[in-house]
Amino acid sequence: MSFKLITLIVIVLGILAIAQLVRVYELSSKLRNRREEDITNRDNRLNGNLMIGFMLFLYIGFIWLMCTYGWTGRGVSASAHGEETDWLLNLNFIIIIAVFFVTNTLLFYYTFKYVRKPGVKAYYFTHDNKLELIWTVIPAIVLAVIIILGLKTWNDVTGESGKEAIKIELFSKQFDWTARYSGQDNTLGLSDYKLTTQENELGIITTETLDSAIRLMEIGKLDGTVLGIQLLEEKLNNPKNIFIPEDRVKMEDDLDRKTRLLRLLVQMQFRHNKKLNAQAYDDIIQKDTLHLCVDKEYEMSFRAKDVIHSAYFPHFRAQMNTVPGLVTRLKMIPTITTAEMRKKMNNPKFNYILMCNKICGGAHYKMKMIVVVDTPKQYKAWMKSKMTFKDVFLAKPAATPATPVEGGAMPADTVKLAIK
Amino acid sequence: MGALAHEAHGHHGAHDHHEHHDEGFVSKYIFSMDHKMIGKQYLLTAVFMGVVAMLLSILFRIQLAWPGESSDFLSMFLGETWAPGGVLKENMYLGLVTIHGTIMVFFLLTGGLSGTFSNILIPLQIGARDMASGFLNMISYWLFFLSSTIMLVSLFIETGPAMAGWTIYPPLSALPQAIEGSGLGMTLWLTSMSIFIASSLLGSLNYIVTILNLRTVGMKMTRLPLTVWAFFVTAILGVLSFPVLLSAALLLLMDRSAGTSFYLSDIIVGGEMLENHGGSPLLYQHLFWFLGHPEVYIVLLPALGLSSEIIATNSRKPIFGYRAMIGSILAIGFLSFIVWGHHMFITGMNPFIGSVFVFTTLLIAIPSAVKVFNYLTTLWRGSLILTPAMLFAIGLVSTFITGGVTGIILADSALDIAVHDTYFVVAHFHIVMGMSAVFGMFAGVYHWFPKMFGKMLNTRLGYAHFWVTLVGSYGVFFPMHFVGLAGAPRRYYDYSVYGEFDTNSYEMIMDLNVIVTVFAIIAAIGQGFFLFNLFYSIFRGPKSVQNPWRSTTLEWTTPVEHMHGNWPGAIPEVHRWPYDYSKPGHDEDFVSQIVPLKDGEEEGH
Repeated sequence: MSFKLITLIVIVLGILAIAQLVRVYELSSKLRNRREEDITNRDNRLNGNLMIGFMLFLYIGFIWLMCTYGWTGRGVSASAHGEETDWLLNLNFIIIIAVFFVTNTLLFYYTFKYVRKPGVKAYYFTHDNKLELIWTVIPAIVLAVIIILGLKTWNDVTGESGKEAIKIELFSKQFDWTARYSGQDNTLGLSDYKLTTQENELGIITTETLDSAIRLMEIGKLDGTVLGIQLLEEKLNNPKNIFIPEDRVKMEDDLDRKTRLLRLLVQMQFRHNKKLNAQAYDDIIQKDTLHLCVDKEYEMSFRAKDVIHSAYFPHFRAQMNTVPGLVTRLKMIPTITTAEMRKKMNNPKFNYILMCNKICGGAHYKMKMIVVVDTPKQYKAWMKSKMTFKDVFLAKPAATPATPVEGGAMPADTVKLAIK
Repeated sequence: MGALAHEAHGHHGAHDHHEHHDEGFVSKYIFSMDHKMIGKQYLLTAVFMGVVAMLLSILFRIQLAWPGESSDFLSMFLGETWAPGGVLKENMYLGLVTIHGTIMVFFLLTGGLSGTFSNILIPLQIGARDMASGFLNMISYWLFFLSSTIMLVSLFIETGPAMAGWTIYPPLSALPQAIEGSGLGMTLWLTSMSIFIASSLLGSLNYIVTILNLRTVGMKMTRLPLTVWAFFVTAILGVLSFPVLLSAALLLLMDRSAGTSFYLSDIIVGGEMLENHGGSPLLYQHLFWFLGHPEVYIVLLPALGLSSEIIATNSRKPIFGYRAMIGSILAIGFLSFIVWGHHMFITGMNPFIGSVFVFTTLLIAIPSAVKVFNYLTTLWRGSLILTPAMLFAIGLVSTFITGGVTGIILADSALDIAVHDTYFVVAHFHIVMGMSAVFGMFAGVYHWFPKMFGKMLNTRLGYAHFWVTLVGSYGVFFPMHFVGLAGAPRRYYDYSVYGEFDTNSYEMIMDLNVIVTVFAIIAAIGQGFFLFNLFYSIFRGPKSVQNPWRSTTLEWTTPVEHMHGNWPGAIPEVHRWPYDYSKPGHDEDFVSQIVPLKDGEEEGH
């Protein structure tokens, strides 16, 4: 309250103060018979000098920022293509900073120098084809160099990865990342979003995951946390249940949707080639940290579950959006291990990071994954400690009953509703 | 045809003049069909919207500089709902960013800049009694007003305004389950923008028709002031690109409410498996940026046009390379349609298409460079009169250089990977749009205020406003580049997350964020000089003379008091180009366009 009052008072006083100053100024103008559009030589010169002053402020500020912060924010590039990017970036920076200084200096200097002087008339100069040709052609040549070098790097960066490249998938959802390594065979198992369940968050396609997804869709979970078609029908058909019309419509829509999705799932099961199971069985799913092996090429593919995210590795100069319904990719060779980078950054707690760099919801800023670049030895040891998808998925007790529940049994939340 | 319409208009104008005294308050100030009044309505609406958007930016800048700290300022404006205990909510942060961007780009810089000055200057500078259709012009303004109102209303609803960023990429903008602002807030956003687009189209069509058909005798296209050329190309860009945004918005509306799958595919959100399959979020991005990039030039070209006129007038020199300036406006306009993909280098678009866009985008640097060099040569050996308008125009050139050169980094796809969606991008487009275009608008207001209101603005306040704004806004956007080079992503609510993996970067980002916010607050307070000056001078400013800046163009041959039809007698004829300043062989240092050529005198360009 007091804050609002003070703000209000300050604003009112400020306006009054300016108004008073303006009145004094107006009176003095009137006395001197000076009109508003007549800019005095004194004002002109003052502003011309201020332009030079401002130029110095701008340049000193720029140089100070460069000296203090420069590139240090991200350190040297930790990936092979990143070195090329950085080289090109530095070259471009030299060009544009030169242009920045030269043109800005001319601008501020001319403003200072050619300020109106009594008796000096402006020079009538309408055009000069030669001059204009020069400053069309020179930028064109410089830009041609920039374009050619840029496209060369771009082709290298986005080109195909080698056959040996290790395949990794990064799966994004609000608000975390999950990595999937392709395992021994270096082939990622197929995936489809319709197979997504609590046990199979990435929707990997195998005979078993198809079965369990279909069962979940048909029945649901007995504790009532997931309503399948059967549970929904029971709930809707039970005369003891009374629903608000909107809820009923919602549940009926849900039922229709699940029926259609089920049909697609059954078709998928029908077409499924069991030989492909092996590709998925040896995949390794990894949350919280992404481990990479130094000097190995990686072929990363990206998927998104809900909205667009962006996989941004600032230290590796790599970035790619993840798009629902589309698989995107990038390739990368990490060249500096985390331990080495800590030394270079002079920060024992430093870690590489994978951040989300496309607005994806309220906790967008928290969506990240620590990246660790290991030596080959560490990497192997770490990999050994991981369980494959098959081990994890098949070891879990089946989440839904193998046989359909009998007609009489009511799921938990239906019972609650019935009691009400 | 042109001449006929011209005649008819002439009579109409004279007729109006007789009825002048019967005009009621409503038809004069509210539902006015007079282009000068409509221009002023645009200006005042846009100034209001600009102040709101600036305030929004201060609110989220406070959060960025002092994350998690309680602020009385925040709780004063956002209350307990959106800033419990004076700490901004995550979702509202995104809401503020979204609405700030939307208002600034569309309502201030498209509606405000182009709407104000196209309306006021086109008929006056080409020698027409009014716009081709005064009625459509009025409708255009009121649609603009309506869409502004809806956009402001969306700030006050329970689920908050649109929160998907000003580019509203689906699926985030299509799914209320993904973020609360994508519910009613997004519906209002889409409604408001659809109306805005209708307004913009009506306006643009009117500008084009007026410029092509209603020029006075002797006003050849090559005798048009560069302002009119800029408005002309801007209007064409608007007509060709805004409908694409409308279709993008309509498809999005259908995805949201009719169950279609234009942009949606294979999505699970909020635990619900959606059936949508086969749509592509990239389609939206292509459609959006097909408008979005020309939009940058819709914003910038009018500012460049205004500053060309102001720099020539106040250098007392012809604009250097008049035809080259027209050529570069046309080249920029054309190229702006084939560069949209540079916003999408890392969206998963085919890299080969990306390289084509690298090429076309970097080409734009050539006409832009030509413009800068022409400005510099115009200043060279001039006799500069540093009015506040002139200072802002020079500031525009400086920021156009500074913001332009970083564009070269961003247009180069290989480099864009490293800085895409970081604060480097934010710094770049704010220097170009937030400084250059806004400086152009300020320059225009200071220069044509006497024409608009018949009064003079206070020069000293203008100086104070300019210097605070120049230092303040450079202070905001220059350090921002370094935040971006450190890799800081944009649209992050809190950079404290850096503390978990890179404490050095964390300290650097936090330090710079404080510097940026302090300058932002200074710059925002500095706008008080302008607002005070504007409203004080409208009512109490000293009366203006007919041609205060001793300028050559036609608008300064009209009487100070506004009247329907602009000129009391016949419309003046034009005999020369608009830049005869300090021409040898004349006594005065300017020769109005209506003065016939002397015997043996050659036309300027």
